[in-house]
Amino acid sequence: MANKSKSKKNVDRVVIRFTGDSGDGMQLTGSRFTEATAIMGNDLATYPDYPAEIRAPAGSLAGVSSFQIQFSSDNIGTPGDKLDVLVAMNPAALKTNLADLKTSGIIIANKANYTDKNLRLSGWELNPLEDDFLRDYRVIALDMTRLVSNAVEDMDLSLKLISRSTNMFALGLVSWMYDRTLDSTINFIKDKFAKRPELVEANIRALKAGYNYGDTIEEIQHVVTVSKATFEPGVYRNIVGNQALCFGLITAAEKAGLDIYFSGYPITPASDILHILSGYKNFRIKTFQAEDEIAAIMSVIGAVFCGDLGITATSGPGMALKGESLGLAVATELPLVVLNIQRAGPSTGMPTKTEQADLLQALFGRNGESPVVVIAANSPADCFSTAFEACRIALEHMIPVVVLSDAFLAHGSEPWLIPQTKSLPKIRTHLAGKSNGFNSFKREEKTLARQWGIPGTKGLEHRVGGLEKDIETGDVSYDPINHEKMMNLRQQKVDIIANDIPPVDPFGDKNGKVLVVGWGSSFGAIREAVNRSRKENHSVGHVHLRHLNPFPLNLGETLLKYQNILVPEMNSGQLLLLLRGKFLIDASGLNKVQGKPLGVDEVYDKIIELAGA
Amino acid sequence: MSEVSTITLSKKDFISDQDVRWCPGCGDYAILSQVQKVFPNLGIPKENFLVVSGIGCSSRFPYYLDTFGFHSIHGRAPALATGAKIANPDLSVWIVTGDGDSMSIGGNHFIHVLRRNFDLNILLFNNQVYGLTKGQYSPTSEIGRISNSTPFGSVDYPFNPPLLALGAGGTFIARGIDREQKHLQGLLYEAYKHKGTSLVEIYQNCWVFNDGAFASLTDREIKMETQLILENGKPMIFGRNQDKGLMLKGSKLEVISLTKKNSINEVMIHDEQNKIQGLLLSELTYDKNYPTPIGVLYREEKPTYETMLHNQLATALKTRGKGNLDKLFNDSHTWKV
Ligand code: SF4
Repeated sequence: MANKSKSKKNVDRVVIRFTGDSGDGMQLTGSRFTEATAIMGNDLATYPDYPAEIRAPAGSLAGVSSFQIQFSSDNIGTPGDKLDVLVAMNPAALKTNLADLKTSGIIIANKANYTDKNLRLSGWELNPLEDDFLRDYRVIALDMTRLVSNAVEDMDLSLKLISRSTNMFALGLVSWMYDRTLDSTINFIKDKFAKRPELVEANIRALKAGYNYGDTIEEIQHVVTVSKATFEPGVYRNIVGNQALCFGLITAAEKAGLDIYFSGYPITPASDILHILSGYKNFRIKTFQAEDEIAAIMSVIGAVFCGDLGITATSGPGMALKGESLGLAVATELPLVVLNIQRAGPSTGMPTKTEQADLLQALFGRNGESPVVVIAANSPADCFSTAFEACRIALEHMIPVVVLSDAFLAHGSEPWLIPQTKSLPKIRTHLAGKSNGFNSFKREEKTLARQWGIPGTKGLEHRVGGLEKDIETGDVSYDPINHEKMMNLRQQKVDIIANDIPPVDPFGDKNGKVLVVGWGSSFGAIREAVNRSRKENHSVGHVHLRHLNPFPLNLGETLLKYQNILVPEMNSGQLLLLLRGKFLIDASGLNKVQGKPLGVDEVYDKIIELAGA
Repeated sequence: MSEVSTITLSKKDFISDQDVRWCPGCGDYAILSQVQKVFPNLGIPKENFLVVSGIGCSSRFPYYLDTFGFHSIHGRAPALATGAKIANPDLSVWIVTGDGDSMSIGGNHFIHVLRRNFDLNILLFNNQVYGLTKGQYSPTSEIGRISNSTPFGSVDYPFNPPLLALGAGGTFIARGIDREQKHLQGLLYEAYKHKGTSLVEIYQNCWVFNDGAFASLTDREIKMETQLILENGKPMIFGRNQDKGLMLKGSKLEVISLTKKNSINEVMIHDEQNKIQGLLLSELTYDKNYPTPIGVLYREEKPTYETMLHNQLATALKTRGKGNLDKLFNDSHTWKV
């Protein structure tokens, strides 16, 4: 590697966003940089953002794809609000991302793509690299295409292949600037293009050319280093939210001694779950790509009736379609897990953008009163525990569980402390053995769970269905009093779970001025904002709810210990409505529905507003 | 299945303790009775039967059979059965559905379950009307049907179930009639024997809302003229005196008289595995100029979905070894703190 002639400067945290056309390979670039960063021992959080269209017109604003990473020597929970570095491979990328760059932040641009045509397509009247439009920033504008072309001069490659490798040049340059090694990326390239040696060579040369170039440019005075973060001891890996969900499901199945049956219908941003699980057949995971969303959940119900751990995954519109079937699972008291990877709605909305606006749908989006358990994941790595918890509750309580994740968690990543699988608890099931005089409605006292009598077991023949059932026998019943008893029973089965989940224990101040109550993917932003305001001596606590139905038992009394309750959400105030309705408190919301994650600054500002009042 | 030979079950083992709630005179009773007669004789332990239904009069069926049963939601029984069959391929899965349930609200699942060829059986009770919701015309009602939702006559062309099933890639397509009990029993055996999705369309009289819809096929006086009873390898003949036959002329079937000498040689021989014949027979469904075929219209052997899926599971287990969580978690770059 190049002999670094420049001095080093240590900082606490850095935020970089790689942006370019969807064909420019920015997701790959970002994930390679992420791996190198994980190896360096920094804490990190990433967030990819890409267009819903597979190939939006090249060079257009709609076609911009981006990957953001924050890495730090501190523990962080978000990919960062403002950027230190914006890599903008084309003018459209610069246009759509510039607003997020800090003043005097660095722009790295591939000059070769700032052609008249591309400028016009993205609405620039003048080339921003050439007038003084970017005077508030430090601009490193290079003709990466020519530089790569020089590096592979002797290889006789097409211009197309050369410009395809410019992302590796950019990666090399940024790796040099932030003192990351290239080894893991070189190994990756060798692996990925194993069958095309010329591509291995071209990409590695482009990567190194970028790296070496860092030493020569004047705009960069020093290499920036970030010290290792302190982590709880253990073995770590980087993990993406959807993958962590899958790992959680697989672990739960093993701990319950059941096979997984998973069915889904392709929908962004949930499809990865089907892709991932269908690759793990040696874990006895049966996956079924159904003809539609309804078939997916109905087939899961069929599999669960036959004794598998049944799971389906979808996003908001699919969740709407599954409503009636989920009601059937409630009525038949079958343990299944529905993962809703929320995206911006209503209707088709913005399929690749994030939102947490399906909370009320999860709780109430069915006919009749049809209570289900609702839990939410709060970070990519936390998706593991959330999925495990969902399966545990479903199986131990014989009840359907809805898990809320979102596009931000689904594709975002962070380091994950790999659990000791032996130390994870076993999951109980209510599978019934051979029997004479089996009654599927015989209930366990503690959980009110009914017995799970599966086909193939002698003596358990029985019928279930969506019609109201007699509370004693499970036979069809239209008796009015019985119906009310059954409604109460179904609600009680949910309520009782509050005894089986941890109470809330506020982070930070246990009482005082402000309690911030959040759920889902806004965890990182809220936690950082709370930390920052506490450093400034404000008395602030943070409760982040995993269990949204039922709420933890002590939530109500906890809320009373603070003067102000702040509920930040990426919706118009859904948890807020629930807290106000259930606890009759005057909580206030911080609501953002832009298809983008909450930022630390905005939460912080609101905390200060309430704490100062 | 070593237990098979020792199983002795009888009809009464399959009668549940629930009161049957169909209207007196409903064709469903006859079908229930045939199923209760056939099930004990299939050599399957009772606990291995799963009967799944959707919504409608026919879909109450599972409650009356003392097997595992699932009365699901409207149109979705095939999807539920799919999951059950994948979860446990050893089960004998029977779907009971009606023309509204399978042809209308559940049309999508109906075609996809046939396409995928799970080894399960669909009993489609076709009464050409919505019974449970009190008499609206259905997707198999003839055009012009006067019903409470079509007081001026329906302007909806009906589905032709066997033709639809054939188009969807169905591998066993048969038709029976509620009143033809012995014949229906035979079809149920055949459906069970077929390793793939078996569709048995059963013409079922709705005594309340569409009485007599199939009278021409069940009336003792005329049914010999209107039924074409298919038998594999046998000529397609019908008529009170077995004096009529179907002959292929060009690309169409034609009714010919067998009174002339040697005319029997011109009659088409039923070949269940001939798809074109299946198509021609299905096309006769609503044509009053032809007899209505009953029996097995089409049959084809091909691997079932669940067999192929479970083969993949077995192969994965063999080639990759039993899944190991620790290995899985560590399958990417890891670092120690
Ligand atoms: S309405 Fe018709 S189909 Fe329904 S039970 Fe009565 S007779 Fe049978």
